[in-house]
Amino acid sequence: MEIIPIVSALRRNKGGALLIAAQIALTVAIVGNSLSVIRQQLTQMGRPSGLDEDNIFTMTNRWVGHPADVAARTQADLAALRALPGVVDAQAMNSYPLRGYGMNWNVMLKPGQQPSASRVAVYIVDAHGLRALGVKLIAGRWFRPDEVGGFRLSDIGKSWGSAVIVTQALAQALFPGENALGRAVYLTPSSKDPTVIQGIVREAETPYAANNIKGYGSDEAMFLPYRFASDTVAYLVRTQPGRLNEVLHSAQAALFGLSSERILDEVQTFAETRSEMYRPDRGLALTLGGLSILLTGVTACGIVSLASNWVVRRRWQIGIRRALGARRADILRYFHTENLLIAGAGLVVGIVGAVGLNLWVVTRLEVERMGVGLICVSAIVVLLVSQLAVLWPALRAASVDPAVAARNI
Amino acid sequence: MLGYYINLALRSLRQNGVLTVLMVTAIGVGIGASMTTLSIFRAMSSNPIRDKSSRLFTPQIDNYGPGGEGAVTEPTSDHLPMELTYTDSVALMRAHRARHQVAMYATVVAVTPPDPRQLPIQVPTRATYADFFTMFDVPFEYGAPWSALDDDGAAPVIVLARDLNDRLFGGANSVGRTLRLNDQEYRITGVIEDWNPMPRFYDLYSGKFGGPEEIFMPFTRAVAQRLPSAGMTQCLKNPGTGPDVLLHSECVWTQLWVELPNDAAVRAYRSYLAGYVAEQRRVGRFGWPARSALRDVSQWLGYNRIVSSEVSVLLLVSLAFLLVCLLNAVGLMLAKFMARAPHVCTRRALGADRRAVFGQCLVEAGVVGILGGLVGVGLMMLGLHVAAGLFSGAAVALTRPDGGDVAIALALSVGATLLAAMYPTWRASHVQPAWHLKVQ
Repeated sequence: MEIIPIVSALRRNKGGALLIAAQIALTVAIVGNSLSVIRQQLTQMGRPSGLDEDNIFTMTNRWVGHPADVAARTQADLAALRALPGVVDAQAMNSYPLRGYGMNWNVMLKPGQQPSASRVAVYIVDAHGLRALGVKLIAGRWFRPDEVGGFRLSDIGKSWGSAVIVTQALAQALFPGENALGRAVYLTPSSKDPTVIQGIVREAETPYAANNIKGYGSDEAMFLPYRFASDTVAYLVRTQPGRLNEVLHSAQAALFGLSSERILDEVQTFAETRSEMYRPDRGLALTLGGLSILLTGVTACGIVSLASNWVVRRRWQIGIRRALGARRADILRYFHTENLLIAGAGLVVGIVGAVGLNLWVVTRLEVERMGVGLICVSAIVVLLVSQLAVLWPALRAASVDPAVAARNI
Repeated sequence: MLGYYINLALRSLRQNGVLTVLMVTAIGVGIGASMTTLSIFRAMSSNPIRDKSSRLFTPQIDNYGPGGEGAVTEPTSDHLPMELTYTDSVALMRAHRARHQVAMYATVVAVTPPDPRQLPIQVPTRATYADFFTMFDVPFEYGAPWSALDDDGAAPVIVLARDLNDRLFGGANSVGRTLRLNDQEYRITGVIEDWNPMPRFYDLYSGKFGGPEEIFMPFTRAVAQRLPSAGMTQCLKNPGTGPDVLLHSECVWTQLWVELPNDAAVRAYRSYLAGYVAEQRRVGRFGWPARSALRDVSQWLGYNRIVSSEVSVLLLVSLAFLLVCLLNAVGLMLAKFMARAPHVCTRRALGADRRAVFGQCLVEAGVVGILGGLVGVGLMMLGLHVAAGLFSGAAVALTRPDGGDVAIALALSVGATLLAAMYPTWRASHVQPAWHLKVQ
């Protein structure tokens, strides 16, 4: 290979070569880190909520004033919703996955101890919960109607009853490597009464799973058996496949038919809830992706223009080489090898820079460590783009007429 | 001479159109991308009440103690609770140690519109004191705040936001009329003009109802009605039972702001606050050397790190992006100036010194910088428009570029381009005159 003459030619053109190498280094560092953030966002956005998302919609009901018979009204609403054609089941809840806000509670393994799991999302459900939410029960059983108690918000903490259903993630957090079914936990520091884990669901995300709040997990949740009653209540309705939009309208009409002294808010399909909650994440991923593509393009333009400039300045030398017997392929190879050397130097600096930048970013912002695979992918992509960018100038160089050499002597 | 140089620069830029377009585009794209995120960053970290920022303070009290470190979830440096207990808010209100002080919390009420054809709506509401409007310089369209007597008597009075007044009363002067809130009659004492500080510095955590608050009512009234908080409520321990539980517990859910006119007043309030906390410890409420803090608006915003980590990532990426674009421009200018070496040689041979050549090239770079800046401002507008679509609902969507953003874009463009032009210009002014003349 003709590496030595290329290197000595580069040493006469340090400025330009350094510029290209620096651009490539920065590009690799930024694209690598962007890909890492994008992958993190996509992973988070793709997590299942545990619900039958395609067939669920939710609405928030607020009574005007403080009616005394909230519990009876809620049960009447639920009966009306469950009787609607196309409805599989309906549930009154305090909150639901990805709602953005909700209630959380500490769980202890012994009375009076420090919590073994804190900020566990609390979902108030009744005997219909399993069917209405579409969660997958992997052990134990759901609540029976006779196990479901009455509930008022003001009673919070008095007692949480004797049975609880937890997510697999919470079960593992409380009893690592053991079977959590049938084990006792304590939900109130002052009480000696245990609450028994009578069921485990595969997954149910927390209300704030999309919010990325430090200290609040995405998958530790528990279900408690109450007939939820409050001035504001979230109704979650599961429909038969394909009837979501139809029921979304008939359900509102049915509730207003029972009483118009109410406000129905946040009426949306679960797909809309998901899309709304992850909008900032999606925006960030799209923006970073767009910037990465733009950046690679800008770098490619820089390579094209600088290489073109070199071709113009070296016409004479190229002509001489051609006159002395170099083939077009030799000229092409010369420019590609030169570019490879510059890009290679840039890539080495860029990879080191990317890792350094990532380590710094990880300490300052809430992003994960970058994988080795991603940095390799971005390095290979940038290298290919760089080689592609130099192709056009190299072709122009290869088409220099050998007679040029004779003309300028 | 400058006019002549500008003339020369324009001629030279026209002469090699492709290179000029490439240069201007490279700089414009870099400026556009970085300024889009920079103006979002500026909007998010801007001070919403600049004039009084250093006179408005919010106190914090260490009522969690050493056990609070895990309980305070937001990324603060000193693990103090972000809000106050009802007990502390009321005590500090009663002490009346500042010129103005207002306790407050966020709630939501159901409003029955006066027009029976309209359905009830729920409205984000702030429960606070009459001094709120004076302290925060809230402008009134009609009427005035309620009186201090209304605060004392927990009177059913409200102030509406203009937008809600438009929807309910068609924009008419509604002062003196009544409105049904949660099935009770409230008298309207005033209507404020459009006022929605971004970020909402006085309560950064009022939950999902991030939109403007459209009803203001006395804190005392809201508490008397037991209106629940729609903001953040944090409890270290199980608060117990009953409807009044939040009033007596160590849960934090209220905010308090005080106005202190000068440094002496700030010092006095700090020592009063320290004394109050010590007193609470003495009477047995705190079993630890409890701390307290007093922060003004800009300190409070910084302490709460309200600039989201997404925007910080984007700012970092787009500044690096600008750097790449500038490196690119360096290469292009190098090519351009070197291509003009023969002209430079002629000028040198005719008696121009290196400084003159240097100056001429810099002027040309400056013209490129201005053009790039104009392209950049255009791309920034486009970028903000796109960002508003991608992030709709978030604070990003509310970012509007102001004159400051445009000025920064142009200054950044010209400054960065001149910096980038240094090396090519230096090379151009060190061309050996004789060498090129010989070729010609």
